[in-house]
Formats: sequence, C-alpha cells, structure tokens
Amino acid sequence: MVPRRKKFKFRLYIAGDTQNSASAISNLAILCKKHLLNRSETEVVDVFLEPDRALADGVFMTPTLVKLNPHPVRKIVGTLILSRRLMQCLQLGEFA
Amino acid sequence: MKVERSRRAVITGKAPTGITGFDEITRGGLPDGRTTLLSGGPGSGKTIFGLQFLIHGAQKCKEPGIFVAFEENSKRIVKNCEGFDWPLAALQRKNLFFVDAQPRPELIQSGNFDLGGILAALTAKTRQMGARRIVFDALDVVLSMLPDGIAREREIHRLHDWLLLNHVTGFITAKVSVEDGIHPANQPFGYLQFMVDCSVVLNHRVHVGVSQRSIRVQKFRGSSFNEDESPFVIGANGFDVAIARKANPGNGKVTFARVTSGVKRLDTMLGGGYYRGASVLITGFPGTAKTTLSGAFAESCCQRGERTMFVSFDSDGAEVVRNLKSVKIQLTPHLKNGCLKMVSARNITGSAETLLVHMKRIATEHRTRCLVIDPVSTLSKAGNELTAHAVAERLIDWAKSESITLVCTSLLDETSSQSQYSAGTPLQISTLADTWIHLNYLVQSGERNRGISIIKSRGTAHSNQVRELILSDAGVTLADIYTAGGEVLMGTLRWEKERAERIAQEVADVGGRLKRVSLDAEEAILRVRAKSLKTELEAKQIEKALLLRTAKSYKRDVSGTRARMRELRGADIAQQGRR
Repeated sequence: MVPRRKKFKFRLYIAGDTQNSASAISNLAILCKKHLLNRSETEVVDVFLEPDRALADGVFMTPTLVKLNPHPVRKIVGTLILSRRLMQCLQLGEFA
Repeated sequence: MKVERSRRAVITGKAPTGITGFDEITRGGLPDGRTTLLSGGPGSGKTIFGLQFLIHGAQKCKEPGIFVAFEENSKRIVKNCEGFDWPLAALQRKNLFFVDAQPRPELIQSGNFDLGGILAALTAKTRQMGARRIVFDALDVVLSMLPDGIAREREIHRLHDWLLLNHVTGFITAKVSVEDGIHPANQPFGYLQFMVDCSVVLNHRVHVGVSQRSIRVQKFRGSSFNEDESPFVIGANGFDVAIARKANPGNGKVTFARVTSGVKRLDTMLGGGYYRGASVLITGFPGTAKTTLSGAFAESCCQRGERTMFVSFDSDGAEVVRNLKSVKIQLTPHLKNGCLKMVSARNITGSAETLLVHMKRIATEHRTRCLVIDPVSTLSKAGNELTAHAVAERLIDWAKSESITLVCTSLLDETSSQSQYSAGTPLQISTLADTWIHLNYLVQSGERNRGISIIKSRGTAHSNQVRELILSDAGVTLADIYTAGGEVLMGTLRWEKERAERIAQEVADVGGRLKRVSLDAEEAILRVRAKSLKTELEAKQIEKALLLRTAKSYKRDVSGTRARMRELRGADIAQQGRR
C-alpha cells in the first residue's frame, strides 16, 4: 500500500506534436487520475522546444517518463500503455 | 518538402573519409550531406570506420563531428582506440563529441516510442559546435526495440529527413547477418539499405584459419564507384583498404632509364640492365641463388645511394647479410648508413593482405626506391591461395605507381616439372612481371650447376642464351656455357672443355712459333750465303782485274826490256827484227 501522503513527481519528455506525444500525455493523465488522485505533479518537456534539456538529461527516445519522486528515479520509454510492468515500475502494482 | 526534394536531387559532393583506398573506391569519399549505411557482422570494424571518418573530418576538413554510441560506452570506445595513432583526447575538446545513447538495461519500455529525443539533442549539439558529420554507431540496437517494422521504417525516415534538413553527413552502422545471399529486403533492417544514398558492406571471413577482411560499396547514388570487393586491414592508423591502383595513376612515370642488376654480364644479357620502375621476377628452385641475385641488385642500388628495402620471408635479415658476404656482396655498410633496410617478414603474421599493407607502410616510411622481396611466393601460403594473386598484382601495381624498381623472387617446387614452370609461377605473376629471369639446376655427370636464362624482358633486347651462374668469394658472375653434341656443358665439364681448348690453342701457338723460328733461320742462312757469294764474286773480279793488269804490264815490260837490252848490246834494228 502506497502511503497516501506520498506525492508523485513526474517529468514527461515528448517530441513535438506527434501521435506518440499525444498518447503518452493522455495515458499518463489517465493513470494519474485513476491511481494517484491529486497526489501527482507532472512537468512536460518538449525536446524540440528545449533541445538542450534533452541533451543534458540524456533523453534520446521519446516519449520518456521520468519518475523523480518518490525514489528511486525511474525512466520509462514509450507511450505508457498501461501494463503490469509499468505499474510495478511506478510502484503502483497493487492498483493494476 | 519541396526544399528537401531539391536538395536530394543535387549531388553536393564528397566528404572524404581519409581512409587509404576507400576514398579512391568511392572517387572522393562518402556523399556529403547525405546518409551512408555501413553494415557488417560482429568485429568487422564498423565502429573504427565511423570514428575514423569523424576524426578525418575534424582534423583535416574542418568538419566537426558527433559520435552517437548506441551500443558501446563512449569511454570504452576511446579507450579501445588508444592503440591507434589518433589524437582523440585533443579532438574531443573541440571538434569531436560523443553522445552516449545506450539504452540502459533497467530502462522500461511501455508502448511505442520514437527518436525525437536524440534528434532534438543532436540539433542542439550540432548548432552549438557546428557539426557537419554525425555517426550513429549500432543504430540497430534502438531499432530493434521498436515494436514493429512500420515503426522502424518511420524512425529511419525521421532520422534521414533530419539529416537532410540539417545538412550534415550521416553515417549509420548496423549489424547484419554475415551470411551472404540474403536479399537485403529480407534482412532485419533491410529498409535502411534502400533509404540511404550510399551503402557499404564489411565482410570478415576466415579461410583456412586466416582472417580475410573485405569492404564493398554496394551502392552510391549519383556517383560512380569501384564495385568490387576490396580487402582491407586494420592497421596502426585504422582502416587501410587495398585497391589495385590509385584513381589518378599520374606518378607512375614510364622511363627509359636503366638500373643495373648488380651482375655485369647479366646487364649485358638484358641489353643494359632492368628498366627503372620495372618489376623483375626471379624464379627458381630452392638453392638456385635467387637471394644472391637479388642481393647483388640491392647492393648495386645502395652503391648508387638509392634507398633500398630488402624483405626476407625465409630468414632473418642479419642472416641474409652474413650469407651474402660469402659471395662478396657487402650490405653491412649500407645497413649502417641507413640506405638499406632489412625487413624480416617472418614475424609478420596474418593474411597476404596484411603483409602487403605492412610492406607498403615500411617502404613508404623508408622512402624506398628499390625493393626486393624474397620470396614473394610466401604470400600464397596456406589460407591465402585465393587472395595471393590479387595481392601480388597490387604489389606490382603499387610499385609501378610509386616508380619503385621491384625485384621479387619466387620459389618453385622442386617436384614441379619443367612444363609447369613455363606455365607460370605459383602466384601467376609471371605475366605481370616485366622481366622474368629463371634460375635452374642442371644435373650432369655428378654435378649440380646453376643455369640462368631470361625468359622474358619487355622492351629490352635480351640474350636467348643460357648462362652458367657462378658464385664465388670473388662475387657473382656469369659464364658462357658450351654446347657439345646438343648438350650444354657446365661446371667441371665446361672447365674441361675450356682447358682442352686452351691446350689446343697453346699447341697451335707453339707450332706456329717454331715454324717462324725455323724460317727465320733458313732466311738467315740464305742471307749469309748470299753475302759470302757476293764477297767471293768481288774477290774474283779483283783477281781478274789484277790478272789483266799484270798481263799488260808484263808485255810492256818484256818489250821494254828488249829495247833496253838492244840498247845495251847496241845491236841494230835488223838483228833485232830477226830474233
């Protein structure tokens, strides 16, 4: 059971206005809404608009979701299709 | 889109790779501002090729480059390349940048993704450092993570369009199945082959335990190229691709100048020696003095002060020098002053191609003008049968283009018959050689003697005679051989024949002298006799004259006396008349 007080912090790197970007954003939104009611915070970075950040953060495949909080930091590549593995990775396994 | 298309249509030029031989194959390098795919199996040298392309650009072409490492960590790549003669550390400060884009093992994948991230990062970096060349090393690693073929094609397209838009020269390496005969479309990333403007394939085969690497340009849009597979070697400076001859032969000047073979009478046989820059082949069975003959050539070159290199496959350089000393070929002083370089190639292992590359490198470093390879037939030892001929061909072509006078010896198998040697040497380079000298044994009356003959010599008048090659502590020389009753006489038989002739000559000489002496004597006798007769004649004449005078005076005397007597007697004339 994830403690209720714990706040989730995500950063989602997307590459422009593509199908993948849109899917990732909406999938993440659904996930947060369903499992992390008001306990999540997401920063969306468009690498085409901020290429320096992609270079600095080592984001080479998009979309990439970085879970900054709670630790450990995890990187997930792809459109975030809901799966058991994704939930496990986000430590939301119980809700899958 | 329209801009892109027009850019596609224009042949922008070539981005030189700086790889020996490869730029010649592609007539200048990779397509500038376009994409090239380099495919090959594991260990075929893809990363090295890519890195070399970037280094050349950064160092020589003022084209900074980015290396995107999908498979191997950049630190390890740099470490692995320490063995090469590359200033990676210096270049990395400014003109060379490594991007580590290896997918981490702990990376979780969930659904579809694209390469937008890397392209964005590269856009930033390209602008920042003004990069003109980008290498994507092992792109197959990320491509294989994509869920399906459609996604792969899409990403390949995305990458390609990005490269065109940013006008950088792209270079993609990818692993492919090493098996031949698979249609490119059926290969895992076959689509890449069709999309790129230039496709290069690396092969790494092992034939009878000898590694043989080769490179082949599969396609090159908008440019002609050498379509053949070319062997290559990864040496101290990276790739070294073997090509038959340079695209612009130019420096291989044809000259009428001659160089001596080191044996005076052989020069005469050849009508003045070898042509400068010619390739000479000396064939013979073991022990027929091939090394000695080539040693004589090396010595004569050094005496003219020409830089010479002697490559020995059979024995150590010092041994060759010692052995040649016994026939008065002194190489030691030339070795000491650096004019001569002895290379013992026994310790160079690898394919014939490797040997050739080594030889070329050493020869270039030594600024060689005359080259001896003893024996060149070593190139065709086990595992190299297929390539040896091509290597020998390239050796000769290379020597020609560099105007190096080349003397190769070639060992013939003693068991091979006469007809075989005339058909060709093991390497079949006899057709390529300009001059072909054959050394042979003649076994006769319990002796083994060396015979030398010129089988061919292009463009020079040459003797059709077999000569005997004589080695002695006075040096190397040739001797005429005698033919008697359809058989050639050599060695002792020749000596005997010479001796017999000498004796016959002496006998004839003496006989003649004797005859002349006796004639002289007779002449002298006759002269003496003639003189004595003349004297006798004179005496007789005097005697005769005296006799006449005496007779006259007597007569006068007698009449005088009578008259006196008459006077004294006082007799008259009549009395006188009666008496």
